[in-house]
Amino acid sequence: MVSVEKILEKHDFDIEGGNFNKAGTVSTRIKSILKHRQLPDEIVRRSAIVCYEAEINIVSYAKKGVISLTVIPDKIIIEANDEGPGIPNIELAMQQGYSTANQQIREMGFGAGMGLYNIKTYSDVFDITSEVNKGTFLKMAINLI
Amino acid sequence: MDIAAIVKQLNLETRSAEDRLNNKVTGGYTGDLLSDVMANSKAGDIWITRQIHQNIVAVATLKEHAGIILVNSCEPASDTLERANRENVPIMVSKLSAFELTGKIYSMLAEKK
Repeated sequence: MVSVEKILEKHDFDIEGGNFNKAGTVSTRIKSILKHRQLPDEIVRRSAIVCYEAEINIVSYAKKGVISLTVIPDKIIIEANDEGPGIPNIELAMQQGYSTANQQIREMGFGAGMGLYNIKTYSDVFDITSEVNKGTFLKMAINLI
Repeated sequence: MDIAAIVKQLNLETRSAEDRLNNKVTGGYTGDLLSDVMANSKAGDIWITRQIHQNIVAVATLKEHAGIILVNSCEPASDTLERANRENVPIMVSKLSAFELTGKIYSMLAEKK
């Protein structure tokens, strides 16, 4: 656990499943919070990619979810917790190009099977747990030092 | 090079944020898969795509693109335009295909270097 006095930022954002009109707004908010903190551009860039992919996954597949941003002196922690169908085979879902997205999602340019792969690539620590018919929990950390 | 120079040389039609055509273009990226664009494009890029829905504005804002050019005369959806004007993202339309437009802009950028 992170001790309270070390927390520089802590924000929770609700995400609505299925609402593509709002997709990306939480990532934009988080990016502006991190920029405001004057963190290095590369750190902000990676955080935005990780956050965006997690947000799009919730919008694409889940009923609803929450993305939490925590900044402590040595890292940024981004957690994405959703209520949704869950992922039966995580190993398969992690493979670049594998996707269960429907046609509507693909027509918008999502569902290329790059989301989880990008999240893993751009975070320093990545944990995923999922329970079928319950939901998925992602925890990502990006090191600041 | 700014967007205005590209608009003029390639006869693009501007559909949003006309007051931002002075945005500097330092590179470009062509793609319709949003995750690919998120991962591989850079700040200052001009983004060439045929996606017209409003999520392109979210991606361009997050990545700090100079602007978006829609190819093959694709027109942006009305909510895309509203969002683009709100977020100051210039969207232009070209009659060219992604291949031709990318080639022309690549050459323009190469000449400037």
